[in-house]
Amino acid sequence: MPAAVKRILPQLITLLGVMVLVSLVFPDFLSIDYSDGRLVGPVIDVLKRGAPVALLAVGMTLVVATGGIDLSVGTLMAITGAVAAAAIVAGHGLVLAIVLALAAGLCAGGFSGFLVAVVGIQPIVATLILMISGRGIAQLITEGRILTFNMPGFAFLGSGTLLGVPVPVWIWLAVTALAIVIVRRTALGLLIESVGINRRASALAGVNARVILIAVYMASGLCAALAGIITTADIRGADANNAGLWLELDAILATVLGGNSLRGGRFSISAAVIGALIIQTINTGILLAGFPSEYNLVIKAVLVILILVVQSPSLAGDLKRLGSQLSRRAPRRSAKAAPQRSDR
Amino acid sequence: MKKLLAISVAVMGFGTTAAVAETVGFSQIGSESGWRAAETTITRQQAEKRGIDLRFSDAQQRQENQIAALRSFVAQGVDAILLAPVVSTGWDNILMEARDAEIPVVLLDRRIDAPDDLYMTAVGADSVHEGEVAGGWLVDEVGDRQCNVVELQGTTGSSVAIERKQGFENAIADHPNISIIRSQTGDFTRSGGKEVMESFLQAENGGRNICALFSHNDDMAVGAIQAIKEAGLNPGEDILTVSIDGVPDYFRAMANGDANATVELTPNMAGPAFDALQAWWQDGTLPPKFIQTPSTLYTQADDPEGEYQRRKDLGY
Amino acid sequence: MLLALQSLTKTFVGMKALDEVDFELASGEVHALLGENGAGKSTLIKCLTGVYRRDAGSILLDGRDISPDSTSRAQALGIGTVYQEVNLLPNLTVAQNLTFGHEPRRFGIISPRAQRRRAAQMLEGYGLDIDLDRDLGSYSVAVQQLVAIARAVELSGRVLILDEPTASLDDREVQMLFAVVRRLRDRGLGIIFVSHFLDQVYALCDRITVLRNGCRIVTERSDSLDRVRLIEHMLGRELAAQEESEKRHRRSAPLAGEPLLSFAGVGRRGFVEPFDLEVQRGEVIGMSGLLGSGRTETAELMFGIRRMHSGTVSDAEGDLRLNNPRDAIAAGFGFAPEDRKTDGIIADLSIRDNIVLAMQARRGWLRRVPRAEQKRLAADYIERLDIRTSGPEKAVGELSGGNQQKVVLARWLAMNPRFLVLDEPTRGIDVGAHAEILQLVRELTARGMAVLVISSELDELIAVSDRVIVLRDRRQVARLSGSDITLENVVHAIAASDEHREVSA
Ligand SMILES: Nc1ncnc2c1ncn2[C@@H]1O[C@H](COP(=O)(O)OP(=O)(O)OP(=O)(O)O)[C@@H](O)[C@H]1O
Ligand SMILES: [Mg+2]
Repeated sequence: MPAAVKRILPQLITLLGVMVLVSLVFPDFLSIDYSDGRLVGPVIDVLKRGAPVALLAVGMTLVVATGGIDLSVGTLMAITGAVAAAAIVAGHGLVLAIVLALAAGLCAGGFSGFLVAVVGIQPIVATLILMISGRGIAQLITEGRILTFNMPGFAFLGSGTLLGVPVPVWIWLAVTALAIVIVRRTALGLLIESVGINRRASALAGVNARVILIAVYMASGLCAALAGIITTADIRGADANNAGLWLELDAILATVLGGNSLRGGRFSISAAVIGALIIQTINTGILLAGFPSEYNLVIKAVLVILILVVQSPSLAGDLKRLGSQLSRRAPRRSAKAAPQRSDR
Repeated sequence: MKKLLAISVAVMGFGTTAAVAETVGFSQIGSESGWRAAETTITRQQAEKRGIDLRFSDAQQRQENQIAALRSFVAQGVDAILLAPVVSTGWDNILMEARDAEIPVVLLDRRIDAPDDLYMTAVGADSVHEGEVAGGWLVDEVGDRQCNVVELQGTTGSSVAIERKQGFENAIADHPNISIIRSQTGDFTRSGGKEVMESFLQAENGGRNICALFSHNDDMAVGAIQAIKEAGLNPGEDILTVSIDGVPDYFRAMANGDANATVELTPNMAGPAFDALQAWWQDGTLPPKFIQTPSTLYTQADDPEGEYQRRKDLGY
Repeated sequence: MLLALQSLTKTFVGMKALDEVDFELASGEVHALLGENGAGKSTLIKCLTGVYRRDAGSILLDGRDISPDSTSRAQALGIGTVYQEVNLLPNLTVAQNLTFGHEPRRFGIISPRAQRRRAAQMLEGYGLDIDLDRDLGSYSVAVQQLVAIARAVELSGRVLILDEPTASLDDREVQMLFAVVRRLRDRGLGIIFVSHFLDQVYALCDRITVLRNGCRIVTERSDSLDRVRLIEHMLGRELAAQEESEKRHRRSAPLAGEPLLSFAGVGRRGFVEPFDLEVQRGEVIGMSGLLGSGRTETAELMFGIRRMHSGTVSDAEGDLRLNNPRDAIAAGFGFAPEDRKTDGIIADLSIRDNIVLAMQARRGWLRRVPRAEQKRLAADYIERLDIRTSGPEKAVGELSGGNQQKVVLARWLAMNPRFLVLDEPTRGIDVGAHAEILQLVRELTARGMAVLVISSELDELIAVSDRVIVLRDRRQVARLSGSDITLENVVHAIAASDEHREVSA
C-alpha cells in the first residue's frame, strides 16, 4: 500500500463508518439523483456544505503543522464575505469583489503571522486578537445588517453547479489539490514540518522560519477568504454576525480528526479534509435523522469523542497488545510482541 | 443643558405649551442585527418627532457598558431611561439607583428577572402571540386541505424560539389536517435556514411532501426560500412560507411571490414607551407593567413592495 | 544481588533493540555498560526505568520483581537516572528543576527559600557557581548535565544510572563527578555507567558489560579485560592497527598565501571579547577551554546566530555579512551544534529529510532537491558515517544518541562548506565511529575545507588540529601550532593564571 494511502486510511475508514451509521437512521443517505443537469442527494449536500470547513482545514493544517493555531478563520470569513458584498453593493464587478476579499484574507493572515513570527506572540493569543475584534470590523462594513446583493455571477460561487456538481465542491477540491501539490511537489512541506518540530534547529540549518510562519498564516487567511466568499455567495448576503461563527473550532477539529498533531510536525492535508467531511456527514446526518434539535450537540459530541478515542494511537497500541496477549497462550519467551508506540 | 435646551426650544417658538423638552437616555444592546439597527433608527425618529432629547449609548453587547451608561444617565439627571437589556439578570442595583433618583425606567423588547417595582413598564411583543398569528394565517390559508409543515426553529433553548413554537402549535392544535413533520434549529441565521431547509427537502422526497414552511424568523426563511428555489420548486406556491419579524428582504421576497406571510415584530418599541412616559409626565398616569406591541400580519395582499420601500432605509 | 535483569527483550518496529539480555548490578559497584552506537544501552536503561515497556524479561530489585512504568515510579523505588538527552525543564529555574516533584513545602505551600537552600545543598561538591534563580535553559549543556546528575544523585537511594553523563564535561568536572560517584558507591549504591570514554571507564568502573546489536556479549571485571579485547567485543571484529594508534597528522609546512577567511576584531559585548583569526584553506583549528570559556559563544558569533557588535569577517572577495545563519550558510559556512537535541535534529523527520534540510533551505522551497538525489545522499552518508538504522526513512528521534549526532554531521557534510564549525562533533560517538569521523575531517581538509573543532576531549583535539586556540573568560589566551601542540601545553594554557598567559600573535 502506498504510504500516502496508508496515512489517510484511518480517516477513510472513519468516514465510511459514519456514513454507514447515518444510513442506518436515514436509509436514503447514499441515493443520488440526476435532475436538470445537476446531481442531488444527501452525499452531494455533504460535499457542498462541507466546503467552508474543508477549506479552513487546509489552511489550519498548515498552521497546525508549524505548531501554531489560527483562531481567527471564522471571523475572517465574516470579514472577507463583508468585503465582497460591500464591493458588489458599491457597484464593483465580480472580479474586483473576489480579489478584494482574497486580499483582505491575505492581509489579515499576514497580520497574525507577523505577530507570531516577528513579534513572538503565542499563536493562540495572536489570532485571538482578530477572532474577537474581527467581527466588529465586519459589522462596521455591513453596518450591522445582512448586506444583501444581487449578482448571479457571484452567487454562482456559492450555489451554482458545474458539470452537475456544486461549485463549492469544485473549489475545495481544487484548493486541496493545489495545496497538496504545492507542499509536496516543492520543499515547502518539508520546511513547514521542520519549523513545526524544531524551530531553533531549523533556523540553524538555514531555514527562514519567519517567512515560513508568516506564509502559513497567510495561506490560512486565503483559505478563510475563499470559505467566506462561498458562504456569502450561498446566501447572497454578508451576515457579519453569523458567517463562520465557531467554524474555527470545526476546522481545528477536522485537522485533529485528520490525525494531525497540534504540537506541530508531520501533517496531512488530505486527511484533514476528510476530517472535515466526517464532521459534515455527522451534521447532515443529524439534520436528516429528524431528532429533536436539543440533541444535535450531544450526538455530535458523542460521535466526535468516540472517533478520537478510537483513532488515538495509544489506544490502538493497547488494543493490539491486548490482542497479541490474548492470542498467545504459549510460554512468554516465544511470544512475538506487537510493535508498540514509543513513549518518548 | 436641559435649561439651555428649553430656552432654545422656547426661542425657536416651539415651546408654546408648558412642556419643556424632556431628556431620555437610551441604552441599546448593540447593532448585532438589522432589526436592532432599525429599532435604534426608529427610536431616534420617535424622539425627534416628539421633541424629546435622546441620549443614545451603544453597549456593544456588554452588560458592564449598559450599567455604566445607566449610571451616567442617572448622574446627568435625565427624565427617563429606555433600556434594551442584553441579559436578564444583574440589574437590581443599578435599577435601585435609578429609582432612588426618581427616574423611571422603561424596558424595551426584552424582559429581565427583577422585581417589577424596579422599572416602570416593559414594552415588547408577545412571542407566543406572534406564533399564534402565524399559525392562524396558515390555518385560514389551507382550510381543510391536508398540510405537512416543516419548522425552522430559532436557537435551541432561546425563549423566543420556545414561545413562537408554542404559539404556532396552539394555533394548529385543533386542525388535525395540519401537522409539523420536521422541526430543526437553523440558529436564526440565513445560512442555517438554508442548510436545514436543504436537508428537509432531501428528507421529504425532494420537498414534494412539504406543504408549508414555518420559520421562527425571516432571516432563516429567506435562506430557506433560496434552498427551495435551488431544489427546483416554487416557494410561495409549491411550499407556502410563513414567518415572523418583517425584515425588508422578506418583504421583497413576498413582492416577488416567493413568500406568503410574515408577522411583524415591530422595531417601534420606543413609540409606546414614549406614549407611556408622556402620559405619566402629563398627569401621572401609571402604565401597565407590560405594554404589548401589535403583531401585525402581512401577506402578499398588503403591498409588500411598498412595505419594503418603507423599511429598507431603517437600517435592517 | 542488588539489581538483576533477566532475559530482557525489546523490539521496535522492524528491529530487535534488546535480545534476552541478562545484567546484574551488585551494591557497592560501578558497572559500565558499553557498546557501539545503537547497541541498545539507552534502550536497556529506559526499559529498566519504565520509559519503555519491555516486551519480555523480568527486573529484580533486591530479589523482588519490579515493573516501574514511569521514571517517577522508578525514582520511588530508589532508582535515579540521568538520561542521555537531558530531560529537564528549560523554562524552570535551576532550583525548581533540582527540587521538582519533591519541593520543600511549608504548610503545603512551596517555599522558595527552602527550595533554594535545598538546591544549593544538592549542588555542593560539583564546583558549580551558578544562579539558582535563573532559567535552566539559559545555561550550557554541561551545566544542565551537572544539574541533571545532582538531581538524580539526590533521588537515587539504591541505584544510580548515568547514561553518557560526561559527554560534555571537561576534565575538572569529570573528576568531581567521579568523586561523587565513588562516595555513593562506598555508601553501598549500585551505579550503572554508560560512556564511550574508555579511560573514564577504566578509571571508575569495577565491572564491564558489553552489548552488541542488542545482545549481551560479555561481563567481566575491568582489571581483567584489556582495552584491545574490550574494543573487539564492542565492534565484533579486530581493530585495525591504524584506528587504535593515535595517528598524529601534522602538516610539515603551513599553507602559505591568502587566508580563506579572516575575522578581525569580531566580538560581542558581554559575550565574546573581540578576537582576530585567520583561517587557512585546508587547516583544522582546534578550540579548547573550560566550560564557560566562550567556545560555543565564539562559534555562535561566527555563524551569525548572535550578531556581532564589532569587527568584520572577510574572504578574498571582500567583507561578508553574517547577520543570521542563512547569511553564514550562503557564505559557505557550516555549523554542527553541541546540543543536538534542541539545536540539531528535527526528531520527527526521517534521516533523509534531516540530511537534506540545510541543502534544501539553501536552494529555496521552489527548487526541491530531487528525490533520487535525496535518496542517494542519505544512502551515501548512512554508509560513510555508518549510521545504524533500519533505513533512511526512520525518524531521527528513534536513532540512538550517537547516530543522531552522525546525522547532524551528514547534514553539513552534504553542503560541502568551505568552513565548517564542529562543536563537540564526537560527543556520544563510539570508538569505532570516533576514528572514522576524525578520518573524515582529515579527508575534508585535504580537499581544501577549513574546519574549526571545539572539543573538551583534549586527546582528540590534539590529534586532529593544525592549530589550537585556547579560550579563557571569553578571550583567546593562547595559540599553539606545530610541535607546540602537546597535551601539556594545552592544559597549561587552559589552567594558567593571567600573569603567565602566553599570547602568541
Ligand atoms: N523509540 C525508538 N523507536 C524505534 N527504534 C528505536 C527507538 N529507540 C531506539 N531505537 C533503536 O534501538 C537501537 C538501540 O538504540 P539505543 O538508543 O539503545 O542505543 P545506544 O546503545 O544507547 O547507542 P548510543 O551510544 O548511540 O547512545 C537503535 O538501533 C535505535 O535506532
Ligand atoms: Mg544511548
